[in-house]
Amino acid sequence: MTNPLTPPKRKDPLLRTHVGHVSPNLRSRAATAMAARAGQGRFVLQVCHDCRRATYPPRDRCPVCWGELDWQDQPRGAVIEAETTVRSSVDLFFRDHLPWRIGSARLDAGPMAIVHLHGDVKQGDRVRMELKLDRGGNPALFALPEKETSHMADDPQLRLFTADPKVRRILVTDGREATGQAVASALLDAGATTVFLGNADPLMRYPGQDRIEAIDGIEPVALNLTDTGSIEKLAAQLGGRVDIVVNTARFTRSGGVGFGGKLSDLQSSLDLEVTGLMRLAQAFAPALSARSDDGVNAAAAFVDVASIHGLTGNAGFAGSSAAAAARLALVASLRGEMAQTGIRVMSVLTGPVDDRWHQSVPPPKVTPTQIARAVVTALQSGQETICADDVAQDVMARWQADPALTIREENK
Amino acid sequence: MAQQQPYDGVVVCAPVTVPYTRYSDKTAHWWAGSALKELSRQTGLGPADFDGFCFSSFSAAPDTVVGMVQHLGLSPRWMDHIPTGGASGVMALRRAARGVQAGDVDLVACVAADTNQIDSFRQTLAGFSRCSQDASYPYGFGGPNATFALITDAFMRDYGVTRDDFAKLCVAQRSNALSNPHALMKKPLTHDAYMAARPIADPVHLFDCVMPCAGAEAFVVTTPEKAQELGLSTARLSATIERHNAFAEDPVQTRGGWARDIDALWSAAGCTPQDVDMVQLYDDYPVIVAMQLADLGLCDKAELSQFIAAHDFTITGSMPLNTNGGQLSAGQAGAAGGFQNVTEGLRQVLHCPLGDQVPDAKRALISGFGLVNYDRGVCTGAAILEQDVLR
Repeated sequence: MTNPLTPPKRKDPLLRTHVGHVSPNLRSRAATAMAARAGQGRFVLQVCHDCRRATYPPRDRCPVCWGELDWQDQPRGAVIEAETTVRSSVDLFFRDHLPWRIGSARLDAGPMAIVHLHGDVKQGDRVRMELKLDRGGNPALFALPEKETSHMADDPQLRLFTADPKVRRILVTDGREATGQAVASALLDAGATTVFLGNADPLMRYPGQDRIEAIDGIEPVALNLTDTGSIEKLAAQLGGRVDIVVNTARFTRSGGVGFGGKLSDLQSSLDLEVTGLMRLAQAFAPALSARSDDGVNAAAAFVDVASIHGLTGNAGFAGSSAAAAARLALVASLRGEMAQTGIRVMSVLTGPVDDRWHQSVPPPKVTPTQIARAVVTALQSGQETICADDVAQDVMARWQADPALTIREENK
Repeated sequence: MAQQQPYDGVVVCAPVTVPYTRYSDKTAHWWAGSALKELSRQTGLGPADFDGFCFSSFSAAPDTVVGMVQHLGLSPRWMDHIPTGGASGVMALRRAARGVQAGDVDLVACVAADTNQIDSFRQTLAGFSRCSQDASYPYGFGGPNATFALITDAFMRDYGVTRDDFAKLCVAQRSNALSNPHALMKKPLTHDAYMAARPIADPVHLFDCVMPCAGAEAFVVTTPEKAQELGLSTARLSATIERHNAFAEDPVQTRGGWARDIDALWSAAGCTPQDVDMVQLYDDYPVIVAMQLADLGLCDKAELSQFIAAHDFTITGSMPLNTNGGQLSAGQAGAAGGFQNVTEGLRQVLHCPLGDQVPDAKRALISGFGLVNYDRGVCTGAAILEQDVLR
């Protein structure tokens, strides 16, 4: 049984903020490949082509028969054979989080692994393993109770592997659109203390404004991603009080490259989605990074919601897909930078949204509620990349299997 | 498996310990040079005289034995680099002995040296091995303490060994250390103090852990004729074993590679565990000492607790154990920690100990255990040294 989290007391502004370290981050290429799959929420181990045995730790050849190894999804069960509570460490990150419980787990897949233990797990228990990412973006095996226990997500050790919205203060960049509003509501439902809800044009009313701004916990803020001054002003006001940033801003217009696309639409889309993302990151990344280990509501994540077609391009939405592609590239680089400071950078990828800009696209289309659910799931699980809907999942699966083919298919 | 050929025409001599320090601003090269200087003082030989050099270290990077040879002005016709830490002493002994026996080399200086600068322990651990960087140290970064805590947890449960049993081993080793002027731990340790020590990684407590330090150890392997010419006391190598990555299928390590080859050791040595006058067992943690008491054939694993209760492990006791205090009381000088069982065993059979002499010591059982590559020690070895000629 885990003690439920309570919102922290107001922070003494005179106290030195706790410096956030990341856990040891030296890894082999094979372990990095494991991280890439962990980021998608998979539980994988390497399996030998020849003898079919699973192996761990990550290797480059099978230790049983020297065959080639492949990453494959594996059963998540395990038994904890031995456990210890680490009470002394020379590592700066773990020193700050002692005592730390680990165990030797016999995985149902076969191998033994040293794993992090949830507080409700002890020696001899059957457990459910998850493959998480640690704060540095590296793979981490975490043993959870086989069955849900009370306040399980509040376990202090587990919480360092997630960016759970509970008791956190979150900036959602675009409250004027249905997606931003749905994300804001879902975050409050998931236990967020406050959602600062961006409004690019406070003098103009927007649909749903009265309803969303009346919700307890919503704090409307002026925020225009195309205006550097507006972002800097907000960052100066909120910087040290924002624990998670969720960027839902989009500028989607139909049109091709040689036919039917407007240059002004492309410019607007690049300014809002690409330059806007960089403005947002430059204003908030330093403040998030400085508070990455600041107690139960430490800064935790930067989430970007973008079109899956950033991976492939998309016939009929060439400019918007180009903006999404640039967005994914910026997010990938930002992820590498933030991994040095312990902040997770997450991508929520969507298919065409069921909105006024996709009227001519046949269903299925993603709803704002689905996007909101994906944002919350990614934060609660610590997952790095998540597809919000069926279209996004379909494109992602095809792209992972055969990128060149999928690019052709999506641009026919 | 073929019977091991005897080590005829080979002797071991000139044990050297360069006194350890907790921290050192010197390098592994300096410590290795210090060990050679002391070997030179004992033997009257210089860089041009040694035609073999065997080296072990964790902190000499970027150099290996090659860099060390040029750094220290040697010109050997036989050299070896042994990267196995705690197992390196026995392995150096084996390799050098066969080199000498085959005539590839006449006079081998075996040297283990490590420095311990401020923060070098953390840095060594952080980049220790691929498996540990990928899959053990990111899990709480308890270092070897955490890995051996998991091993100790399983071992205590499986074999009914208790902290009181470990206390007896540690207290005896501390008592042995008190006569060793070089031991870093100079205060007596009581059973109560052991039991009351603060936990480090349950069930490992403070006095189960070695103190990392800087130091160097060395010995010489040569022919009986050469040793006689130099006027050195000598020991014979009766038998040895070595095994790596044994019992990989055991979920948690509760036995080491010795268990696979122990019959071969006693059979080649032509004696029994009751015939040794002392045991110098690798002791990074007392659980490993207990494991070896069984795996080396001194007792049955199920009766470990009774066996420990029945014996006195001090220098004048029924089974003198780690008579210099072992790493637990003398300090763990990196790879030199894997040499000190050899040098101390050698000193005792040559009757030139650092501290008190095991009465009438003629035969020593020596072991090595090294390299926690991931979740267990991978390398094991053991040797039996017998007094040959005292000069």
